[in-house]
Order: sequence, then C-alpha cells, then structure tokens
Amino acid sequence: MIDSNAPGFWPQLFDTLLKATGETLYQVGVTMLITLILGLALGTLLVVTDRGGILERPFGSIVAGRIINAVTQTVVNLGRSIPFIILMIALIPFTRLLLGSAFGVTAAIVPLTVAAIPFYARIVEISLREVNEGLVEAGHSLGATRWQLVLKVIIPEAVPGLIRGFTTTVVSIVNYSAIVGAIGGGGLGDVAIRYGHQRYSVIHIVAVIIVLVAIVQIVQVVGARLANRMSHR
Amino acid sequence: MITLSSVTKTFGDAANPVRALDDVSLSVASGEIFGVIGQSGAGKSTLIRTVNLLERPDSGTVTVADRELTALSDRELLQARREIGMVFQQFNLLDSRTVRGNVELALEIVGVERRQRTARTNEILELVGLEHKAQQYPAQLSGGQKQRVGIARALASRPRVLLSDEATSALDPETTDSILQLLRSLNKELGLTILLITHEMDVVKSVCDSAALMSGGRILEHGRLVDLLSQPGSQLARGLFPLGELPEGTSTVIDVTFVGLSSERPVVAQLARTHHLDVGLLGAAMETIGGAQSGRTRLELPGTIEQHTAAIDDLRAQGLVVEIVRSGR
Ligand SMILES: Nc1ncnc2c1ncn2[C@@H]1O[C@H](COP(=O)(O)OP(=O)(O)O)[C@@H](O)[C@H]1O
Ligand SMILES: [Mg+2]
Repeated sequence: MIDSNAPGFWPQLFDTLLKATGETLYQVGVTMLITLILGLALGTLLVVTDRGGILERPFGSIVAGRIINAVTQTVVNLGRSIPFIILMIALIPFTRLLLGSAFGVTAAIVPLTVAAIPFYARIVEISLREVNEGLVEAGHSLGATRWQLVLKVIIPEAVPGLIRGFTTTVVSIVNYSAIVGAIGGGGLGDVAIRYGHQRYSVIHIVAVIIVLVAIVQIVQVVGARLANRMSHR
Repeated sequence: MITLSSVTKTFGDAANPVRALDDVSLSVASGEIFGVIGQSGAGKSTLIRTVNLLERPDSGTVTVADRELTALSDRELLQARREIGMVFQQFNLLDSRTVRGNVELALEIVGVERRQRTARTNEILELVGLEHKAQQYPAQLSGGQKQRVGIARALASRPRVLLSDEATSALDPETTDSILQLLRSLNKELGLTILLITHEMDVVKSVCDSAALMSGGRILEHGRLVDLLSQPGSQLARGLFPLGELPEGTSTVIDVTFVGLSSERPVVAQLARTHHLDVGLLGAAMETIGGAQSGRTRLELPGTIEQHTAAIDDLRAQGLVVEIVRSGR
C-alpha cells in the first residue's frame, strides 16, 4: 500500500505519469505512422484488385489479380480475428528476431503495428469503396492512368472517411498499448499494473484513467474537426 | 469524326444475356451535333461509353478522328481518351476539389505544367461563364453550374470531340436550355463535334444536326434532321412534330411536311383553290430544326379518292413530303 500522505507522493506520481504518458504517445505515434502508410497501401490494394477494380488485372493477368486480392484478404482477416493479447504473445519470437528483445517500450510497437495495420486497412477499404463510381469513370474519361486514379481521384475523395477511420484506429491502439504494459511494454498500462494492481494505489489507477480519457478525447475531437474541415460536401 | 461499325455488346451471362448493343453502326460527321434518343434501357449509355472505350465492345470497331480505338494498346488508349471529352448526367465532379481544381485535374492528368494549367483553366472557366466561381466547391454550386464545370473539365485539354450522356437530364427546363445553348456555341466557336445521348425529343429538336433513334440495342433510324423530316414514316420526324391522336372516322388524313423555304407556302389555301377541297386543319407545328425552318401540318381531306390522289400528287410535285396517315373511302 502506498501512502498518499507521504512526502513526495504527488511529485512522484506526476513524474511517473509524465514518463508513462510519453511512452504511450511514442508507442502509439510510431505505430500509427507505420500504420498510416502500410494500412493505406493494403486497404487500397484490397479495393483495386477486387473484381471490377481498376487493378483487376495486374500485369494483364486476372489470375494475378485474384491471387493478390485473396492473399491480402486473408492477411487482413487473420490480423483482425486474432485477439490482441494472443497476437502479442505469438509475436514474441518475431519481435525478438527483429529488435533483439521482445519486451520494452520500443519492442511493444511490433505487436501494436501488426494489430493496427489490418484494422486500418479494413477501414481504408470501406472508405475507398464509398467513393462514387462515377468519379472513377470521369477519371477514366480524362485518360487517367491507374496511379493517377488512385492518387488524384480515389484517395483524395475518401480523405474525410480516412481521417475518421484513422481516429478510430488511434483510439483502439491507445487501448492496446495499455495491454502491452502487462508484458513489460511500459506506458500507462504499466503504471496501472505496477502501482494500481500490485500496490493497491487507487489514486494511480484514477490518474491513469484520466490521462487515457483525455488522450482519447483529444484524438477524437481533433480527428472529427479535421475530417469536417476536409469534407466539402 | 466518330465511326462505330457493327458494334456489339452483351452483358450478363450465357443464360441471361442482355444485348445492350446489337450490331450498331453509326457515323458522326466532323463539326456536327449528333443526338441519340431512346427510352431508358435502350442501350444509349452503353453506346456512348463504347466511343471512348469505357465499355469495350465484344465485337466491331470504334474509330475517332481517324484512329481506330479498338486496335490501340492500353497506353495509346489513355492518350486517345485525352482527346475525347465526356460529360455526365450526375456531373461526376470531385467534392474534394474546387471548381478550379476540378478543371485542373484534366490538365494534371495530361501532364501540363503548373503555370500553363492556371492560364488554361482561367481561359476555359471564362468560356463557360464560371470565372467568378473558381474557388468554390461543387457543393456550393447549382446543378447548371456544376454541369458547366463538367463541360470545362471535359474541354480543358482541347479535345475535338465531346460526349454527353444525358448531361441535362438532372436539370430543370431553363437550366437545360442554357446548357444546350452553351453546347451549341462551343460547337460553333470551337468546331467541336458533339455526340449526345438523351431521352428527350426537345433536346434533339433544339440543338442537334443529326439524330439516331435507338431501341433494344439497335439503331432504328438515323440521319440529318432535315433529311429525316422529309422521309415518310420516320418515327423521329413524328417525334419532332407531335400532332396528337387521329380523330375518329374514316376520312382521309395526310401529314404534309415542309422543310426550309417551302414552309412559306399557303398549302391549305392552294388545295382549296386548285382542287376545290374544303380541307380540314387537324394540327400544325412549326420548328427550327437542324437550323432550318420546318413545319408539318395534318390535314383532313374531304371528297373522292380521285381528288385525294390528284391533290397529293400535286403537293409532292412541289417538293413537299406527304404521308398518308389514314386512307379514307
Ligand atoms: N454494366 C452492366 N451490367 C449489366 N447490364 C448492363 C450494364 N450496363 C448496362 N446494362 C444493361 O444494358 C441495357 C442498356 O443499358 P443502358 O446502355 O444504360 O441504357 P440507356 O442508357 O439507354 O438507359 C439495359 O438493359 C441495362 O440493364
Ligand atoms: Mg443511360
């Protein structure tokens, strides 16, 4: 039991929280940066290689298109269907291979990213599918290449949806980053477990909750504002 | 300028084939406005989409500006499409871009560098009367303004051909008129060849030089409007001059069509004078069609068969087109 009346309790709490918040933001930030790129790429691949998509026949072969699409679908489904806590454990050997260590603040980025990419890829897929088919047709009529269609028509038109989906993904990853704390991933989850659970400090638990809620709120408000600003409908 | 030759397109599977285009051949001359009219499902959109190969025909050839598109490689086809503009019923503008941005998209795709893009965009926006809306987003525009942006985008890279798929069908009658006038003036000023699709005879009547009637994936008749008018039995001509239902009875009824100068002639008075027939006027319509004053009157002829024959022969001898709608006893 920690005595909250002990001298230095509050400054110590503050320092602990500050450090843990920094770790969480770092993990989530790096994860989301990688996810933005790879999730966008994977989600786009899902849409363009689908039947009737603009890359239905990569290299002129419909078989290649079907295979790429099926593999991508499987990867995304697999990533989506494994519970995070199991994914995290299953990835320990892989993380060790990649970074030399399976535990720690940075090492936790690996399972977080592996969970976030399929999550975001699916949202990207949905957002891109909502782009009006007529716009793609207009692009074709202007003689756009496939790259131009993706980069100048489909993705720009989906931006508000992509931002909202990104916000949702960030919130999930903040959530997962707390779980990572349980296996030595640091961050706010680590504080909750070490002080709150093992040493029964309610104040620590409450403080962690407040910080997490604040992060999620800020992410959601900023995301919604940005999405609205980018939407000109 | 545009030639379709024996073009066929079937949708669906072997069990339930839909013949959207059934051996369609069509020729659009350079500098004319050609209208394809038909009811919903006739295959009009499929037809126009084969012209820039948005829809690849199962068989037949498509030639635009002396280039056979059906024989081109994918890369060459992109190039060819850049020389064919297209406008759509639902405008298909990017919500994410301003009016200026939408027009510039066409130029970015072609690879025009920034400064020239700006200059060309200013020029084309002025041409369609939207220079003051350049910074607005499509959502802030009326339907007619959106279609002007669509036209500006389609023409930005200076194509010689414009395809229009029901471009005015989502617009109210006044806006429709203003868009049609714009198309007409672009046709005149730029020498633009326009192929347009519509289900409204008024559109054909007000801007087209030539037209085709489409039904069930086939072209039933086509030609210059002035020629169609003097073609007995032409459904298009009947559509251009709707004279209503036939009256009850067994009297002889004829339609007399005048094209050009002959519309000035007092036919009814002349029939009365020369043939002593007390002609009944059942209906009449006057239009400027394909640039020429044209008219059609529906007359009821009293008297004997012999009198009718003589009167009809006389009218035909004067170069009028006479169609016997009902042969009386
Ligand atoms: N992509 C498609 N898949 C299946 N059937 C189609 C497709 N496009 C058009 N059709 C069918 O082809 C016929 C002609 O359609 P369309 O060219 O759109 O006619 P219109 O424009 O004259 O209304 C219709 O029966 C329509 O259902
Ligand atoms: Mg149609």
